[in-house]
Amino acid sequence: MTTTASEGRLILRQKRATRITHWIWAISLFFLIASGLQIFNAHPALYLGKESGFAYDNEIFSIDAMPWWLTIPSTRDLATGRVVHLFFAWVFVINLFIWFIASLINRHLRKDLLPNRKDVQNFGQDVKDHLRLNLVHAVRYSPLQKLAYGGVLFVLFPLIILTGLCMSPGMNAVLPWLPELFGGRQTARTIHFLVMALFVLFFIVHIAMIILAGPLNELRSIVTGRYRLSPRTKKEAAHV
Amino acid sequence: MSKLILNRRKLLRAGLATAATLPLAGCDAFDFLTDRSNPVREWMISINGLTYRAQRALQAADQLAPEFSQADIRQGQKPNGSTDPDTPDYLSLKEKSFADYRLEVDGLVEHPTRFSLDQLRNMPSRTQITRHDCVEGWSTIAKWQGVPLRQILDQVGVKPAARYVMFHCYDALSRSLSGIELYYESIDLIDARHPQTILAYAMNDAPLPVANGAPLRVRVERQLGYKMAKYIRRIELISEFSQVGGGKGGFWEDRGYEWYAGI
Repeated sequence: MTTTASEGRLILRQKRATRITHWIWAISLFFLIASGLQIFNAHPALYLGKESGFAYDNEIFSIDAMPWWLTIPSTRDLATGRVVHLFFAWVFVINLFIWFIASLINRHLRKDLLPNRKDVQNFGQDVKDHLRLNLVHAVRYSPLQKLAYGGVLFVLFPLIILTGLCMSPGMNAVLPWLPELFGGRQTARTIHFLVMALFVLFFIVHIAMIILAGPLNELRSIVTGRYRLSPRTKKEAAHV
Repeated sequence: MSKLILNRRKLLRAGLATAATLPLAGCDAFDFLTDRSNPVREWMISINGLTYRAQRALQAADQLAPEFSQADIRQGQKPNGSTDPDTPDYLSLKEKSFADYRLEVDGLVEHPTRFSLDQLRNMPSRTQITRHDCVEGWSTIAKWQGVPLRQILDQVGVKPAARYVMFHCYDALSRSLSGIELYYESIDLIDARHPQTILAYAMNDAPLPVANGAPLRVRVERQLGYKMAKYIRRIELISEFSQVGGGKGGFWEDRGYEWYAGI
């Protein structure tokens, strides 16, 4: 690849396993959220505790229904919502497993995601850069990127799976302590819903950052793997 | 020929344009999945069979569902589905406080037997405080007392060909032009022989109320509520359920719900 003065180097940013698993997650989360909202509409209320209070009040949220255009299928159909949700739950979990093994082998975990001392040192500067929308295309993720991706991969993904398992009576027999860990099955269901909302929040920020950072370059890096770096200033070059 | 070769930039642009139409198409783009015989839906259901296999592999056969303490009983059991059956057979039984009730156990058994409520009440019983999880998402905790189904099965003698236990019920949850459709459900012999699978005649220290399935309902604690048939008339041991009802093993199964409801 040729490097010009105005453009930075073109590098192979994302390995194939990272790219494929990214898109499988994107598709499965789309179906999981929309079918999950269909399931939610069967009883659109959230509670805290082991059970749902009908003779007493432990409800913390309720609405009439999620709008039809947010649910899969669009009509009220719990049975189909469950078929879609449980199918993509398997896709999601198997994908996470494949991603984890592949990322151990191709060192994506250690090289790209694991925070190091430099990330701690650069954290304040990275926050300032992001606030100024001064987004640098570097070889490695910035500290805030590591925090966001790490939060999704290592906090939200395990949380959504574990709280999902809490809702399974079959798994309750295998892991009776799991719902208790979250404060009861209904609290686990509430957390499952909140984590879904955090996925939506992450998605909004994720898309906004891609648009701000240059959508074609960013999208190319997660489709073909190729990513053009920011041209290096003399000052930056001196730091490497 | 060279016109057919897209460069990366064009490919990206095409991808973006396609992605942009997704929200416009809306979620009704996937409404074909509501068709109960759609091949994509059927394929998804076959993959979901992993859940049954995984859970059965992880569960010890006798592994218990969580049980709760007396202090956890804070309300009655929320009734759902049929709450006051009005089929003639049921009404005449109810009129006499179920004195004439007989549970029929037949099918692939050595000794087809009829049990009166008194006979059932005089058998060794099991009492358990468990959480009932509805497929809709809510849960309620209640105390159940009844005869372990395993005892009944041992008494009538299950033939080797039997694979499922089918519950035929008194209540009609659906009425169509072709007539009433009585509720029915089925479970495998692993769940049927599970220690917590009981034919309950009492709830929260009182006789089972009509709203909750009087005189007899089944508890299948490792599955969702729709498996726990109420108003049981007859228990039939069968080798396959394809010839019964809609052929899917239960009232809700015939309406698109999955037969295994451990999740």
